[in-house]
Amino acid sequence: MEILRLIYRNTLRQRLRTVLTIMGMAVATLAFCLLHTLVNAWYAGVAMASPNRLVTRNAVSLIMPLPLSYRQKILQVPGVRDVVYARWFGGVYVDEKQFFPRIAVGPSNYFDLFPEFVIPPDQMRMFLTQRNSCIAGRKIADKYGWKLGDTIPLTGNIYPGDWQFVLRGVYRGATTATDETVFLFRWDYLDEAVRKATPLRSGNVGWYIIQVNDPVQAAAVSEAVDSLFKNSLAETLTETEKAFQLGFVAMTEAIVVAIRLVSFVVIGVILVVLANTMAMTARERMPEYATLKTLGFGNRFLAALIAGESVVIASIGGSLGMVLSFPFAEVFSRQLSTLLPIFHLEWTTLLMSFSLSLGIGVISALLPVWRATRVRIAEALGHIG
Amino acid sequence: MNVETQSPAQPIVVVENIRKSYRRGDQEIPVLNGIDLSIAEGEFEALMGPSGSGKTTLLNLIAGIDRPDAGRLLVAGTDITQLGDVDLSRWRSLHIGFIFQFYNLMPVLSALENVELPLLLRKMTRRERREHAMLALELVGLNERLRHFPRELSGGQQQRVAIARAIVTDPTLIVADEPTGDLDKDSADEVLNLLEQLNREFNKTIVMVTHDPRAAKRARSIRHLDKGVLYNEKA
Repeated sequence: MEILRLIYRNTLRQRLRTVLTIMGMAVATLAFCLLHTLVNAWYAGVAMASPNRLVTRNAVSLIMPLPLSYRQKILQVPGVRDVVYARWFGGVYVDEKQFFPRIAVGPSNYFDLFPEFVIPPDQMRMFLTQRNSCIAGRKIADKYGWKLGDTIPLTGNIYPGDWQFVLRGVYRGATTATDETVFLFRWDYLDEAVRKATPLRSGNVGWYIIQVNDPVQAAAVSEAVDSLFKNSLAETLTETEKAFQLGFVAMTEAIVVAIRLVSFVVIGVILVVLANTMAMTARERMPEYATLKTLGFGNRFLAALIAGESVVIASIGGSLGMVLSFPFAEVFSRQLSTLLPIFHLEWTTLLMSFSLSLGIGVISALLPVWRATRVRIAEALGHIG
Repeated sequence: MNVETQSPAQPIVVVENIRKSYRRGDQEIPVLNGIDLSIAEGEFEALMGPSGSGKTTLLNLIAGIDRPDAGRLLVAGTDITQLGDVDLSRWRSLHIGFIFQFYNLMPVLSALENVELPLLLRKMTRRERREHAMLALELVGLNERLRHFPRELSGGQQQRVAIARAIVTDPTLIVADEPTGDLDKDSADEVLNLLEQLNREFNKTIVMVTHDPRAAKRARSIRHLDKGVLYNEKA
């Protein structure tokens, strides 16, 4: 009530200072939201991972292939419902800068294991009937203006040559967390061409995706699969899809740590800025606090007055930063769509930003409150003598 | 030499052997050296003395906004030296109306809101607070300036708002520290007239610190403080 009015008017008292502090707070919150979203984008593959999918790859390295014959053996392992496979194609579309994942997949039921890729049934039928057909994510189809029936040329690097694919389907993500930038084509088309050019490289896949009946059995199935191929020429390493994705993130962990660190440094800087503003404000108003004390107002009232103003400034700045982060995230999402296909502001990021704003408001008020409550009235009024 | 006032009325302020000193670095500076003083209810007392004589310190002690090093302070029947900080704050809100030299109004509050401020500590409805504050402002002749902010008022008007704020709670004792020190002659006269009126018509006990002999003459009695010692002089 009355104290809120006093807080409101005090907040507007030094308008320029308040506006600049709010702007600083808004920029810091915006930076935090974007950096946090960047880290989330890094982990998007992990978040998308299904608990009932395992990935089996060559134990030596992901770039080493596995024989196609392994599929039948893996299917025999108890707890395994289905097995599909994929192979990284690489290649160049137009130029090196136009990056999106290009993967050969098989067999025909590959997409049954990935319900998050939503493909119209008629498009799926077309994909299965033509060997050189491909399916693209909505985002890259939109970006390059591809339409169904278009021929998409790729220049091979891992698999040299000029490759032509006919777009037969465009998938949408089941949720906003689904990557819509993947380019998928049929593994048998790739293998057919490889067999002609370099027969020794044919009949291989990059990795297997295993669907288990029950996620609880994941560890047992992984162990069983790997034991099948122990002491073979191509030993396997089977792990959950989540662990597989985390393996990729781990390769760039230093960058993620640096981004996280910078996001918290930004928060630390604005904490110092707001604390300084509140310290200046409280120093200027010390005689007023002394007057309030003289009138009989206690320390709790003063604490509420100072902390209230600090929290108001911090939360307005924080809210403004959060609102600004939506259009900025949209721009980032467009600009980084090929590198970080999932760049969405999450409500957890917003909640964390708002909580941090409130926390900054409270912490910034601690020193001024301490000073105001400890000051002797006569001293603050300058009336000694 | 310490002198006791003889008053037929009940004393509202009793100061017994009060000592107070301040530290400046390593140095201890004595300000009050065993002051004894009694002020009766309904008195209008002026405290005079040169700068640094301890008159403001004595006023602060009586008002409960500073603590003595030794001695006893009975104000409105309470030994305020025995009160803790929280109780002392509550006691001040109930018994003391303070008038400052530089008005000390809240710049973000209107005249009415400034006067209402001490009433926030009372169990009153907003309407009751408003009514009390308007009455106090009417008493000091500022009912036309209710919505004005301090920066929109002259020094004399600001001091009258401060007086309204001091009397709105109907305190036992009004203490005024150089209430005319920052005012021109006409404004000072207005303020002194008001204080006189409060004392004569409403029987308010007032203790006023002043440098100005003309202001002091408006009081019923004058005391001089010099080098921490109190001297009496009847007005």
